[in-house]
Amino acid sequence: MRKKIGVFVCHCGINIAGTVDVKRVAHELSEFPGVSYAVDYVYMCSDPGQNLIIETIRDKKLDGVVVACCSPNLHESTFRRAAQSAGLNAFECEIANIREQCSWVHKEKEKATDKAIKITRGIVEKLRWNEPLQPIKVPVTKRALIIGGGIAGIQAALDLANSDIEVVLVERNPSIGGHMIQLSETFPTLDCSQCILTPKMVEVSKHPKIKLYTYSEVQEVSGYVGNFQVKILKKPRYVDPDKCTLCDECTQICPVVVPNEFDLGLTGRKAIYIPFPQAIPATYTLDIEACPGILPIACGKCWDVCEPHAINFDMKPEVVEEKVGTIVVATGYDLYDKKYMAEYGYGKYPDVLDGLQFERLLSASGPTRGKILRPSDHKEPKEIVFIQCAGSRDPELHNKYCSKICCMYTAKHAKLYKHHVPDGQAYVFYIDIRAGGKGYEEFVTRTMEDEGVLYLRGKVSKVFEENGKLVVWGVDTLAGQDIEIRADMVVLAMAIRPSSGAEKLAKILKAAQDTDGFFAEAHPKLRPVESLTAGIFLAGVAQAPKDIPDTVAQAGGAAIKVMSILSQPELLHSPLVAQVNEPLCTGCGMCIEVCPFTALTLKEGKAEVNEVLCEGCGTCAATCLRSAIEVRNLTHLQVHDMLSVCLGGLK
Amino acid sequence: MNSEHEPRIVAFLCKWCSSAGSDMAGVSRLEYPPNVIPITVMCSGSVSPLYILSAFNLGADGVLVSGCHPGDCHYIKGNMYARRRMALLKELLPYIGLEPERFQMSWVSAAEGLKFTQIIKEFVEQLKPLGPQTQLRRYL
Repeated sequence: MRKKIGVFVCHCGINIAGTVDVKRVAHELSEFPGVSYAVDYVYMCSDPGQNLIIETIRDKKLDGVVVACCSPNLHESTFRRAAQSAGLNAFECEIANIREQCSWVHKEKEKATDKAIKITRGIVEKLRWNEPLQPIKVPVTKRALIIGGGIAGIQAALDLANSDIEVVLVERNPSIGGHMIQLSETFPTLDCSQCILTPKMVEVSKHPKIKLYTYSEVQEVSGYVGNFQVKILKKPRYVDPDKCTLCDECTQICPVVVPNEFDLGLTGRKAIYIPFPQAIPATYTLDIEACPGILPIACGKCWDVCEPHAINFDMKPEVVEEKVGTIVVATGYDLYDKKYMAEYGYGKYPDVLDGLQFERLLSASGPTRGKILRPSDHKEPKEIVFIQCAGSRDPELHNKYCSKICCMYTAKHAKLYKHHVPDGQAYVFYIDIRAGGKGYEEFVTRTMEDEGVLYLRGKVSKVFEENGKLVVWGVDTLAGQDIEIRADMVVLAMAIRPSSGAEKLAKILKAAQDTDGFFAEAHPKLRPVESLTAGIFLAGVAQAPKDIPDTVAQAGGAAIKVMSILSQPELLHSPLVAQVNEPLCTGCGMCIEVCPFTALTLKEGKAEVNEVLCEGCGTCAATCLRSAIEVRNLTHLQVHDMLSVCLGGLK
Repeated sequence: MNSEHEPRIVAFLCKWCSSAGSDMAGVSRLEYPPNVIPITVMCSGSVSPLYILSAFNLGADGVLVSGCHPGDCHYIKGNMYARRRMALLKELLPYIGLEPERFQMSWVSAAEGLKFTQIIKEFVEQLKPLGPQTQLRRYL
């Protein structure tokens, strides 16, 4: 039996009626096969307009409704709700876009009206074969996984745990804290970074709702929003945290010294070590790659001195499984690799440092206990050059984007340098100063004016060593002259890059990355903390370079997005998914190969759709040679019939 | 005679980028010729070559498929499949006697309303000298 379809043509004031003869559209549609009623009205989305639709559905006993109006992005849900309140299935209501795609872009009334008629007829044809569908219901696991234990991950974990959501926090390093724990003081207020972060770290470790996996990595993620299964690889520490008393005997006796990652190579550490005194969890880790071994013939000295017998060489890598409903990616950043910055002598001259190394020099717990000394000869640098945008904003050679935080931290570095070395001279080479933030501009201005730091607008072409000095060749574009500075130390504000494991993790999560390798947000303005994959959220620099306040705000935003999923008893998933016509399916598996969401599997020689994973993109439908798989409510037949009437064909 | 011909075009627009881009053209009131009838699909990757041939079969003078920019697909990589599939189809069209210019693929993001109008304008101008498409048209 043919559906009885009603067509409702909106004037949208003169937005549509100005260029489209809406009376003619309604009249022509009323004569179109299958349409039992067509009417026009000045504002369909108004309450009287919606009531007109609802009453007509009831009076004329309509089976389906086409509203010819603005883009479906605007009022599809409005009209579907109206149709539902009159007893129709939501999918028996379709929108013909005759405003954005017709009346607003054409001027000739005759032609625009013809086009509006064709568009509306096409949608009527589509609706004819629409099936009534119900949203697919999915249960929800009320737990969240957070990947990355820096400030972003810590903040998101605490916000969620304090809302009574169970959190699994995974950090690949031996301690949480991320890069923020390495910083000395934070702009623009010069708070001690460790002092404001360590209370949060302790809270994480003591929180009953947070399950902390440090020295662990996410290895595999399967499932879908509401129900992810996660495999986490726990790397062996070879030290039992429960037995370890932090006596430090092992470190003192260990004969192996390797560069200390926490101080970015400015100091050494032993093969058995604690990354920093406030590390969470507070325990030692044995770096198995540096350790010669526990056999008495190799070494085994730490094992001998460890009185509580906390050292256990038989520990093995362990894979644990966790079930979660949502995932927050907070993997942070790495600095741009020094091998790309040969022109500035980075990696070649010991007194050319990056921003994080300089942070360690400034830090009271750092290698020099807060004194600014040259790594080469431990003398105080009297002339220091800061180079901003080292690797940023350079589309030809390096990264095209702005790393965002460098203007501010360089101003902070220069200011702190002047506090430590009042008789020293600091120079800053910059392209532009970007100090957009509360109190930021004032902070930079104070650095320039009160501290007497010399800001030079221009780039540096080369840094080289001559007679124990670092010669910096640059240009001051405002004065229009070349500059040569014979400096004692050079600090590069290196670009921020996505964390080294980001690409691998993106593949594991099937979350998209942008062209620079940062995790892509679902919408740059309206959905900044959601990834393109349902149930996966973003926090901190994993998404784009940002400073601590922005990171904390985004982490809170991600937490509330997680809550909005986990607070629901069950999730609703669009029923517009692929369906297999089994008799036609030969089990060739081509659809399985192209599916971007791994929603298809082969079961007993036929393709099978996991309706929860399927996003309804239809790539499978276009791939199948036999049209054995199609997306609901946009089948080949529907497209063919739409084409037929849109082209003024036979029907 | 041929220059008078108003080509009939069908445009398959992906919901997330190109259809939104054509909406943007509307919101910005950017005018373009009314020869094109848009059909919104979920993804350019869902456009089967069959749709395009059907469109020619049913009398289209030109067919446009437009999706998200490569790398920006809402469905991760649907447009990559579309790109390969459509490139192959375009290669094959001359073998069935059809001018390959009658079929076009483009990338229009949700923000590129202006680009969308330019593509339509150029496509219409390109199709006009070719005259009506008769090679695949089904006479009934």
